[in-house]
Amino acid sequence: MIRGAATASRARFRAFALVAVPALLSASGCARPPKTTPLRFWAMGREGEVVQELVRDFERENPGIRVVAQQIPWSAAHEKLLTAFVGGSLPDVVQLGNTWIPEFAALGAIEPLERFCARSGFDTTTCFAGVWDTNVIDGTLYGVPWYVDTRLVFYRSDLLARAGYRELPGSWNEWRRAMEALKRQAGPNRFAILLPANEFAPLVALALASGSPLLEANGTRGAFSEPAFRRALDFYAGIFRDRLAPPVTNNEIANLYQEFARGYFAMYITGPWNLGEFAARLPDSLQGAWATAPLPGPTGPESGYSLAGGSSLVLCHKSRRKEEAWKLVEFLLRPEQQVRFYRLSGDLPARLEAWRDSALGSDPRVRAFGEQLRRVRPTPKVPEWELIANRIQEYSERIVRGAESPDSAAAALDREADRILEKRRWLMGRRHAGEAAAEVR
Amino acid sequence: MGGERHAGWGFAAPALFLIVTCFFLPVAAGLLLSLTDFDIYAVASPDTARFVGLANYGRLLADPVFRQALGNTLYFVVVGGPLSVAVSLAAALLLASKLARFPTFYRSVYFAPVVTTLVAVAVVWRYLDHPRYGLLDQALGAIGIRPIDWLGDPHWAMPAIIVLAVWKNFGYNMLILIAGLQRIPDELYEAAALDGAGWWSRFRHVTLPGLGPMLLFVSVLTMLGNFQLFAEPYVMTQGGPLRSTTTLVMLMYEEGFRWWRMGHAATIACLHLVMMLAGTLLHLRMQHEAR
Repeated sequence: MIRGAATASRARFRAFALVAVPALLSASGCARPPKTTPLRFWAMGREGEVVQELVRDFERENPGIRVVAQQIPWSAAHEKLLTAFVGGSLPDVVQLGNTWIPEFAALGAIEPLERFCARSGFDTTTCFAGVWDTNVIDGTLYGVPWYVDTRLVFYRSDLLARAGYRELPGSWNEWRRAMEALKRQAGPNRFAILLPANEFAPLVALALASGSPLLEANGTRGAFSEPAFRRALDFYAGIFRDRLAPPVTNNEIANLYQEFARGYFAMYITGPWNLGEFAARLPDSLQGAWATAPLPGPTGPESGYSLAGGSSLVLCHKSRRKEEAWKLVEFLLRPEQQVRFYRLSGDLPARLEAWRDSALGSDPRVRAFGEQLRRVRPTPKVPEWELIANRIQEYSERIVRGAESPDSAAAALDREADRILEKRRWLMGRRHAGEAAAEVR
Repeated sequence: MGGERHAGWGFAAPALFLIVTCFFLPVAAGLLLSLTDFDIYAVASPDTARFVGLANYGRLLADPVFRQALGNTLYFVVVGGPLSVAVSLAAALLLASKLARFPTFYRSVYFAPVVTTLVAVAVVWRYLDHPRYGLLDQALGAIGIRPIDWLGDPHWAMPAIIVLAVWKNFGYNMLILIAGLQRIPDELYEAAALDGAGWWSRFRHVTLPGLGPMLLFVSVLTMLGNFQLFAEPYVMTQGGPLRSTTTLVMLMYEEGFRWWRMGHAATIACLHLVMMLAGTLLHLRMQHEAR
């Protein structure tokens, strides 16, 4: 009976709230100046969740600006952004994975940022230069790095020590010898390194270190038969040919962390999100037995380049509130906000100043990322890159599974890339013709 | 007379309107799209979409990935379809038999996979299929067969998907066939038994003809469903290894929504539609001739 009464009163309260709250909100809405239509900000996945906290502080600092930060799942992000672009409903500020910038720049969906950055004193020296470069498309800056991401080697230091190495060697030749030593220790059913056949990142990182541009002629032709790419491809194929890595995809690894703990593989090329995962999921007994190191390079550590990944903040071209939107970007890029964001999400800060903080500098596993990020290069900045990267993965999987030789794979990749880039060649030809005609006039 | 004709059109109009706007118009738009190279650049400025005639069809038919997807889809339709109907029929016969104990219980058990979420099922099956920890390979190992890497070996991935799909879906057809079996009068079986017909002859000459329309319905539906295979390989293998489980619908999804090459995706859709129509016609023709 008592419970019944309580529910009834709660229901009545809820009914009251349903009527009263919107009324109050609209009343306060009317009282405010019309300027307070909220600034719209889209952020993806986990970032979209933790940024809410930062945004509240921004609003406290700027009482005139209200921000609605909407979280968008990564899996639906690309489609949602494109449909919003077509429908003219893009927000004011967007978090954009930096490999998507060329596409949205080509669409004309995002705003050049030079004049804003010049005012705020942001330039390539305030950030990791390789990551900054991913935001510059044909000489125009379209985004500022928010957090950064790259790939390096996670390894079992205990297994490596048993194989006779105190740390990961810095050149490909020595790295390869270390893999052979690990494999001798491991026996036929365990492996030196895991390079999942469904990931293109490890092979592309090797190619970048080897100095391959991946595409040439202003991103209109493949450069996969050039010596630089071939050197990386042969190194990669050799690891599988000599059974130093298992010929499997991530799908076939039931539980990555368990397998790493069991010693199924001793090294794994992966990104910063696994710092937290490894710390959380590996057994306590192994917590002292794993380390990270920058990727070795073909001629030594200084040539060990990797991918320049991460997310940038961009302003949408159609936004009518770019000044306020830029204020939000400036706020999120302050070193102290960057450190706070790292603490909340584990995402590595893009601003170099933020790396002076002890939270980042004191952990050697994180420091390895800081070192690697000074040696990163962008992948080709063309909208078709993701499709080409997908083809690279398919052909490398064919090599891994013995269905193709590196020679024929390189030739096939060049053919595929040339076909995919046909439209781009046509568009560039048309643009040149248009410019020539304008000059004549 | 004229008034009656108008009234007829009036009655048909709502249905016709729906068919035209929800079927013929989209199909016509798709057909037009398949004659262009509509892509991400055309989203930004439509004037960059070029009319390419039948070039998409030529390119597609020459593309090894498309041919493989076509082969995989036909493999699934030709092997998976009849297998699925056969398993449903066997289960229906078992459950409709007078000797069956607890038929309602088993009916629910066999039907359970149909209503469980595929993603949850896929997690379990990925473990079952695992070469080192999988139950399936351990059972095979017990009878001396070397472990098979079901989802990692391009030759075995499609059979593994077929087994999963049959297990997942046979319960639905089974229910329809049980209903069909219950419609066949007992007197026919008694008469056949009196004439000295054995188990096989009774099945061949009483059960099968009695189930005829149901079997046609079930097999056409299964075939149409199988042509549209997407979710099972999408969650189990993402189309791999080496594209051995990429189906036409998966390829269409990839081209359209991942790479935004709408012209290519529309071309696959048009070819897919033609194939499904041809498959259905063939089916109906076979049934007609069997009578």
